[in-house]
Amino acid sequence: MLVLTPLLVPLATALVCLLLPPAWQQRASLAGALLLPACGLALAGEVVSNGPLTVVAGGWPLPFGIEFAADRLSAALVLVAALMLNVVLLWQAGGSADAAPAAPTLQPLLQGLVAGAGAAFVTADLFNLYVWFELTLICALGLLALRGGLRQLDATLKYFVLNVFGTLLLLAAVALLYAATGQLNFRALGAATAALPAGIALPLLTLLSLAFLIKAAAFPFFAWLPASYHTLPAPLLALFSALLAKIGLYALVRTLGAVFQPAPDLLFAVLGWIAVVSMLSGALGAAYHWDLRRILAFHSISQIGYILLAIALASPAGNAAAILFMLHHSLVKAALILTAALIFHACGHYDLRRVGGLYAGRPGLSLVFLLLALSLIGIPPSSGFWSKFLVVRQTLLQGEYLWAAFALAAGAVTLYSMLKIWLEAFWKPHPDESWRAPANDRLLPAHAALGGLLLLILSFGLLPESWIAYVMAAADSLRGGS
Amino acid sequence: MIWAVALALAAVIAAGTYLASSRDLLRCLIGLALVGNGINLLVFASGRLLSQMPPFVASGAQQLAVAANPLPQALVLTAIVISFVLLCFSLVLAIRLLQTAGSADTAKLRAAEPVAVEGSKPALEETA
Amino acid sequence: MGPRALLAEIFLRVLHPALLLASLWILLRGHNAPGGGFIGGLLAVAASAAVALTFTAAEARRRLPLPPTPLAALGVLLALLSGLPGVLGGHPFLTHLWFIVPLPVSELPLSTVILFDLGVYLAVWGAVGGFCLSLLAAVEAER
Repeated sequence: MLVLTPLLVPLATALVCLLLPPAWQQRASLAGALLLPACGLALAGEVVSNGPLTVVAGGWPLPFGIEFAADRLSAALVLVAALMLNVVLLWQAGGSADAAPAAPTLQPLLQGLVAGAGAAFVTADLFNLYVWFELTLICALGLLALRGGLRQLDATLKYFVLNVFGTLLLLAAVALLYAATGQLNFRALGAATAALPAGIALPLLTLLSLAFLIKAAAFPFFAWLPASYHTLPAPLLALFSALLAKIGLYALVRTLGAVFQPAPDLLFAVLGWIAVVSMLSGALGAAYHWDLRRILAFHSISQIGYILLAIALASPAGNAAAILFMLHHSLVKAALILTAALIFHACGHYDLRRVGGLYAGRPGLSLVFLLLALSLIGIPPSSGFWSKFLVVRQTLLQGEYLWAAFALAAGAVTLYSMLKIWLEAFWKPHPDESWRAPANDRLLPAHAALGGLLLLILSFGLLPESWIAYVMAAADSLRGGS
Repeated sequence: MIWAVALALAAVIAAGTYLASSRDLLRCLIGLALVGNGINLLVFASGRLLSQMPPFVASGAQQLAVAANPLPQALVLTAIVISFVLLCFSLVLAIRLLQTAGSADTAKLRAAEPVAVEGSKPALEETA
Repeated sequence: MGPRALLAEIFLRVLHPALLLASLWILLRGHNAPGGGFIGGLLAVAASAAVALTFTAAEARRRLPLPPTPLAALGVLLALLSGLPGVLGGHPFLTHLWFIVPLPVSELPLSTVILFDLGVYLAVWGAVGGFCLSLLAAVEAER
């Protein structure tokens, strides 16, 4: 039953919210959101001490029943989802600093999104995974359209078309894999696919990976991400950046790294180059843009490239690096977006050409941004340093020097765009000389949310041993047949 | 029979892809829905077309006699419901976009990503 | 408001309850024969749509047991809850339990499955019906 809590708790909360009058929704949602990390922690504790947990819905015999399984990787990502949900609700409690409008659909959609993500992390059935992808997609679409302006509707359309194309490819891949093997359960599917001739397995797995790459916003399928994310309110943008592309990446780690192991080498070689181009194109896109939200959205693509590079190494150490990078990126990117929202609150604009003077006006915020930016670039000792170090070291150890060189080059471009934000938003005086930093009223919940994230990121950077030990064990148990 | 189904789904997916690549908003969305239906047909056909008998265990029997494969039927029902929800959402979205933007030409929809100013500089974004 | 369809209005006095009864019959029949919550729910939507086409979408909405969105949410919640009795009995989630209640003449099989099917029925009625009625309302507004 514990395995199912990442799905049942938020889903039940979403449904209860729909039945309640608007005044009670926020409280019900908060109760569900507070329960979720407790479930996640219990799940992680159980998994660490007793190994992977599984349950088959309805007690049907395998491989017919729909199995749910949680291992260390699932538990870690469920915890990230639970944390981000609480961060969003805390931010919303303040109601200022670019918060989402309190529409009656907001809480159900939020909880539904987290339910879809949580369920995707614990399912052990390919068709079931597709269903959770769709639930997440539908809730994400609802949240994108929430503000209802022309910009949001336009963004929703772009997001809809490209993501629906991705899920349709996923469904086609699932159907063809079922046609070829007669299985959907991960373990049975893995065994049956290994028995297929290479000429059939390779196209099927390529189609499946293609679908996940669209979901993960990798080059050249990332167009939906920078076209839509910047129209979201800040807390939702943080949630989307921390969670949505991660589901695609998680699915890649789970399928290529565990279920279909050993997957064809050609797939990983291509994936490595996709990763390199994603890293570079994301970093260059970020260097071009001036809107804080768009810079950060393009950065996500670059960081997703690093994670894909680690997956492309096709080794337990590579998978461990990928998982560590996913955790780091979720936390740091969400925190940076919330920092951007505070910049917006102080200056009234997200565009770097319209802001400035924050080093003098908001010294605390400057320090927070500096710490987060250093982590994103990968300056030791920070979470970003350990994550990048693991990826680049493993790339070099496996003799992929060219990939490692590109990864370092993308890091240099990241340094440039972070420096740009620092110089424009904090260092340069505000373009309007009469500007004064507004009072910090009603910002306490926002500061608490950002502060909590920051503490976690700092503990990650300063005490990396336990985090690295956890992801190493997670990557090992991936192959040990979860 | 399986060849007829294969040809039908190839035709549906091809027609859907053609429509989906249109610049007209409604054609694009209908095309995507059509591709979705083609892929639903693929899901259905993935369990092979063994028999036309519904998969019910006869009263008193312990085992299913020769009948259609029930699993793809369950899968395709789920997939149909999902594609129906997405179609509903896309139609409402299209109506709202037509009302707000006043144009069904997707190439003119640049509200979320404004065209660069002075040739190369990114345009100023609206904030909300 | 267009011209009234008098024949349809009178016919609907019988048709509406008949369709709803038929949808319930299909829901219950789904235990051991073709039918079930999904198809029953669609038939209930047809009943609502018939009312909306004859009178107005608002009238059809008024005749729903709950507003569409809570109706659908209640349905999914019922389906989820139907999985819990099995868990209390130590089985995996969604394991369904059967109770045979002996009656003087026959016996009454009760199960948690019927709760699940009822949930699907309400969810389909609420979700598809809600969508249908709001589109019909949009059409009415344009007239």
